[in-house]
Parts: sequence; C-alpha cells; structure tokens
Amino acid sequence: MNEANSAPAVLDAQGVAKRFGAVSALTDASLTVRAGEVVALMGANGAGKSTFVKILTGALRPDGGHVRIKGRDSTVGNPADARKSGLVPIYQEPSLIPDLDVADNLRLGNTPVEPFLRWVEELGIEGLRLDDMIGDLPLATLRILDLARALAVEPDVLLLDEMTAALPTNLVEQVLRVVRQQADAGRSVIFISHRFAEIAQLCDRATILRDGGTVADLPIEPGIEEKIVELMLGAALERGHIVTSEGQPAHATGRTPRLAVSGLSSGPKLRDVGFDLFPGEVLGVVALEGQGQDELFDVLSGFRRADGGTVRIDGQEASFRHPADAIAKGLTYVPGNRAEALLMERSVRENIALPLLARIRHWGPIRMRDEAARVGEAIDKLQIDTRAQGEVQRLSGGNQQKVTIGRWIATGVETLLLFDPTRGIDVRTKRQIYPLVRELAERGAAILYYTSELDEVQLACDRAIVIFNGRVVDVVDAAHADEQTLMRAAYGLTEQDRAEAVS
Amino acid sequence: MTTLAPDTTFLKRLGRFMRDNPVIPLILLLIVLIGILEFMRPGIVNERWLGNTVKFAIPLAMLAACQTLTMLTGGIDLSAGIVATITSFVMATLVPVYGPTGAILLSLIPAILMGLANGIGVAFARVHPLIMTLGTGLIGTGCLQVYQRFVIATGSEVPEFLAWLGTGRTWGFPNALVLFIPFAILILWGQRRTGFGRLLYALGSNERAAKLSGVRAWQVYMALYVLSALIAGIAGLLYVGLIKAPSLSLANPLMLPSIAAAVVGGTSIFGGRGGYAGTIVGALILTVLGTLLTLLQMPEGARRILFGLIILFVTALYVRLTDQR
Repeated sequence: MNEANSAPAVLDAQGVAKRFGAVSALTDASLTVRAGEVVALMGANGAGKSTFVKILTGALRPDGGHVRIKGRDSTVGNPADARKSGLVPIYQEPSLIPDLDVADNLRLGNTPVEPFLRWVEELGIEGLRLDDMIGDLPLATLRILDLARALAVEPDVLLLDEMTAALPTNLVEQVLRVVRQQADAGRSVIFISHRFAEIAQLCDRATILRDGGTVADLPIEPGIEEKIVELMLGAALERGHIVTSEGQPAHATGRTPRLAVSGLSSGPKLRDVGFDLFPGEVLGVVALEGQGQDELFDVLSGFRRADGGTVRIDGQEASFRHPADAIAKGLTYVPGNRAEALLMERSVRENIALPLLARIRHWGPIRMRDEAARVGEAIDKLQIDTRAQGEVQRLSGGNQQKVTIGRWIATGVETLLLFDPTRGIDVRTKRQIYPLVRELAERGAAILYYTSELDEVQLACDRAIVIFNGRVVDVVDAAHADEQTLMRAAYGLTEQDRAEAVS
Repeated sequence: MTTLAPDTTFLKRLGRFMRDNPVIPLILLLIVLIGILEFMRPGIVNERWLGNTVKFAIPLAMLAACQTLTMLTGGIDLSAGIVATITSFVMATLVPVYGPTGAILLSLIPAILMGLANGIGVAFARVHPLIMTLGTGLIGTGCLQVYQRFVIATGSEVPEFLAWLGTGRTWGFPNALVLFIPFAILILWGQRRTGFGRLLYALGSNERAAKLSGVRAWQVYMALYVLSALIAGIAGLLYVGLIKAPSLSLANPLMLPSIAAAVVGGTSIFGGRGGYAGTIVGALILTVLGTLLTLLQMPEGARRILFGLIILFVTALYVRLTDQR
C-alpha cells in the first residue's frame, strides 16, 4: 500500500464545483485515485455524492475545478468520452437493455465476448447463455453481468456505485475478491457503498464528502468507522428545538397499537421489518437510501403487495390490494415525490378535495359549500399560499407539499404515512410542518415519518426505528436520537457492536 | 412587468386570459367566420341558415361529447361514430317489429355492450383506448353487416318522433334543441360539479395521484366508456332523424370531425384539461367552416386540404396561446 501511495494519480479531481440554479450541489470536491488503489467515496444524503459521480463519469459538466484521468483533462460532459479515457462506471441500476439478449447487449457496447464470459464465470454465475434475454435474468445476475462487461474492456478506473446492494452474500464475496484482484493487478477502483464492513475489507482509503466539499481523505484502519461518521456529520451538531411530549410516552401506555407491523417483507430489499405505532405518536423511520423504506411505505399505502409478514390495524389483521383499501382503514400516504401525488394542472381545491370524491357513492353532485368549508379549513390550518391556486404547478414546492398533506387533513387523519415530507422545501415551510405533525399526533393521529434528514427525528418524532439492509436494526427514543447515534445505526454499526458483544 | 417587453406581456396576459376563459377566443373565431361568410355571400346569414347550422352541429357536438369526456382522462373513443351508426340502423330495422319505443330501447343495447367492451379493455386489460375503441369499432361494423343480412326482408322505418326532433322547427328554433340543451347543461354541470366529472380530470391529470387518493380507476373507466357509448347511441338516433335514411355508414363521416371539434375546442388529448363548453363552440366552428368551404366552389380535393390546414392552424395557435407559462 505504501508503494501505491507514491504512484502517480490515475484519476485526479480537484476543486470540482457545480450549481443547479440557486442551489450549490458541489463547492469544492476532490478525489485522487492512484494505480492499485481502492478508494471509498462516502457522504451522507445530500452531501453531493451523486453529482460528483455524474461529473466524474462525464454525465455532467462541472462549473469549476478539473477532472484528469491519466493526466488528460476529462471534463467533457460526455459519458462516451469518459469511458474512452479509461473510466468505466457500474451503476446501481443495471444498464443492459431488457429486450435484447446477452450477445446483442455486448455488441452494443463493443464488449469482447471471450473475456466477458471468463469474468462471468470468475464472478460465480453459471450456465449463462449468450442468447438469454436480459429481461428474463434475475436482478443480481444482471449486476454481475454489468461488472463482467466493465472488466472485459480492461478499464484503468472502475467506479462501483452501490454494487453490492441487493446482492446475495455469496456473490458479494466473489465481487469483493475480484475487485481486490483488480487493484492488486495495478488498476484503480472507486467504491461507493453504505456498508462499512465491505469498505474495511476492500478499501485502502476513504474520501469523505460533506456539504458539497471533500472534508477528509483517510487511510482505512481498524476503528476508523467512528471518525468517518463524525466527518460525514460535521462538527455543527447544533440542536434544534427538541420535542418532549408531556407525560407518559404513547408507546408505554399498554394500549393496542394503531398500526402493528411484524416480519414484513416485499421484493429483494424489504426483508423483515416490524414495529408498533401507537395513536398520538410520531414514529420516525431512518434509513440510508435503498434499504427497503420505499417498499415499506408502498406496502402500507396499498401500492405493493407484501411477500410475507403481517400488518395489524387496531389489532385487526389487514392486507391491501389497492390504495383505496388502505385509505378505508385510515392509512393515508404522502409520498416523497410530489409530482406523484398532485394533479399539477388542476386547482388547489380540486387537489385537496380529491379523496372526498373517490368512492362511487360520492360520484354524484358535489355539495359545493360543504367542500369549500373543508378545503378552506385545510388551507387555513396549513397556511397554504393561495395566490396561485388555479393550478398547483404554479405553487412553490413547500406549498405543493402542504397541499398533499392538506388533502388528508380535509378528510380527517387517523394514520398518516409521511415519506420525507420536507424533501427539497424551504426552511420556513419545514418549520411549519413539524408543529403541524406534532399537533396532529396530539389530537390522536398515529404518524409514521420517514426522513432523510437526521435532525428531523428530534424535531418531530417521539421515537425512531432505523432500517438497514431491509431490517429494523435499532429503535431509538427521540431524546437519545442525536445525529451521530442515528448515523451509526443507519450504517449498521450498532448492530455490528452487538454482534461483537455477543461473540 | 416593467422589465418585460410590452408585446410579451401582452401575449402573456392574453394567454393567461384565454387559459382562464378558453371559450371566449373560440366564440370570437366563430363570429369572424360567420362574418367572412356574410361578406362572401351577403344575406346568407339569416334565421333559416342559423337554424340549419345549429341542426347539423348538434349531432356533431353530441359525438364530440364522447371524445371530450374520454379525452379528459387521456383516452379517446374511436368507436363512437360506429356506435351511432349501429344504434340508428338497428332502431330503424326494429321499428316495423316492435314499434318506435321498443325499437329505441332495444337499439341502445348494442351501444351499451360496446361501451362495456371498451371499458373492460381499457380498465382491466390496460389496452390503450385508441386501439381498444378502434378494435371494437371494427368488430361492431362487421357485426352490423352480418345483422343487415338477417333483417334485409323486414325493411326499415324512421319513427315520426325522431324525424320531428331531427329536422323540425318550432318558432324558428330547431327541435333538436329540446334534446340538446338539457344534454349540454347536464354535461357542463356534471364535468365540474359532480364527483364523477372531477375524477375524469383527475385521472387524465395524474392517474397515480388519483389512485393514491383512493380512486379505483377501473370503476371510472367502465362508467365512462358505457356513458360515452350511450351518448353516441342517442346522437345516432338524432342523426338518423335528420338524415332520414338509415345506412351502414350513417354517422361514420362524423367520426373524425367529432375529434377535431373537441381538440379545436381546447380539450387536451393528453388529458386533464379542457371541457365541453369549448367543444360545443368547436362543433359550430367546424360546421360553419364546412359551409364556407362549400361556397368557395373549389374542387373537393382542394376543399379537404384547406379544411385540414385550417384545423391544424387553429389548434396550433390555440395551444400556443393558452399553454404559455
């Protein structure tokens, strides 16, 4: 490793900056990878990791700084050129065309067939035929094929973005072994992962991004995890207003939970999630991207069927075939992506009143006064700016989010499923949403609150569950849910501690 | 406002105004067309001409209602013209056997069946409405030809009542208005003031959002396509009262103009936008345009080319003006 450090940099990115309109995604990001090195690129949500990756691979052009691959400037804004210069990325989503067979996909990318097949075998996939249709192959196999395809062109720099997510353990082992071999043979690897165990096993160094800039570049050594977590969070651990509910916490009253989930699984990502949500409680859900939280909310809102496990509502077992079933049981959903939830060309009133009309028996004449009163109440309560109410798409993001929440307030809230409700909205609106969530809970609603911003747990929740790799790995009371604790748990470190304590 | 060039501001304001009141520019266009007509042939615009124009525009406007309602959800009903033809033909051939009332009621059964087939295809098989209604339309045409062989001996008859409704006048007003005015009021009121009407807009605007709010889309689609077929059937009955000669392709020539009327009237084929008020004016515009082109004494080919060009021009202009952000 020491010899490697003196080797010339194969990839050298310095001072990379990128703005999107008024938002600075990257301010000063740097990354150096030398021959024979595996470097982990790490950062919390919103640190600018994905923007940085897009610039490295040529999908975006930076506003400032430079990216050099083997000494040649590579800020071309063109993925094909970046590929030619020797950097080959493998993304989380397979980049193979499902309607073509394996051979055609190889031909499209000019991949040599012989080495490809050798790598496929080396990576532990057996019985692959060149005339297999891509669409018929399982996801895990596709990711291995993606990797084999990349290895077959003998890249100088390999960029693996969450390569091991949703791979079965035996394949993960093979992948890590092959990647290490690549580095030992003098190639360079950029490795992006949420799993510390893999990083410790595989990587030589870690580059840490925070708020759009590179804050550290550390060699990997035992016990480095804590330091990395600290660096990702930054020193600014200032506390917001922490909610403390008076009296006994809702989950300790011995009542029947409003929503009791156990052993829930669905698809490859959601494996085994269980929790109890009580009336009057806000239960936070904390997870890194893609740990199964999307599937959890989809199952609870009726968009997706569970493969296993049970959902009980007020003690009664329930299963949903359609969102209407979930709504009938009082489970109402505010998705993270507002474009998914709103009728963009329609008015604020029509958007808020939509659930009131959904059932066939409400298809008849609308009682306009009644509707106006209910909608008006929701608008007042949420302080929705109604100057541009003719079309929801003319509203600001914050006001749009208020409309999606207001829709359920107009019908009466029992159990509210909030998926990252403050994503991409301004601070002022955020500060209005937390007290609203608390107030709804105080009036007896049960609220499940997924957030990608860790400090929100203490601002809005009573407790939080942490999901990692499709399982609940920790349950934390808001009082102890500082960002560091949550971050450690979200990266699966708490679980690791426990496993070590047991063994 | 001050930083913008005055013409942009004006266009923007005009666009905003038209978006909020989409019918007004259409009415202006209609008046301009009538003006041109009067200029070309002074004296042609009189009570009799108005009555005739309205008389021919009504069946078109009713078929265009099928297009408007389905287009609000992002669909279309290409079988509407054929449903109208089938209903009128079946009715006319059944009159000698069952009498007018029985024949009218029985003739609506094939319409409802075709609507059900469309609804099932769109709601459950998720076939695109364009293909689904095209398919049922072709099947319907075939069935009608088979049916004709069986009833060739019975002969056909258009009931007096329908002829009165289709061609008659009372105090100068076409009798068809007796049917059409309540119909138009019902649709105009229904599209905004009933849950069903709102859901059409909702599905066309964002089906996933509607689903998320608890709307079971299949119920809406089933009801919508059956309703559309029923309207088409009634339009066919009215039209045969006007033409007085049932045939195997009676209302088929109205098919494409009915789509044009809805589009010219400002309903988006992508769904979520528009309404029946514009469609009514659109149907009037197309009817007046037809008269205008007939008066130009051009060969049939040139007339059709001009008709197509004008429709494209009006639609493009309208979309440009109203879609400005």
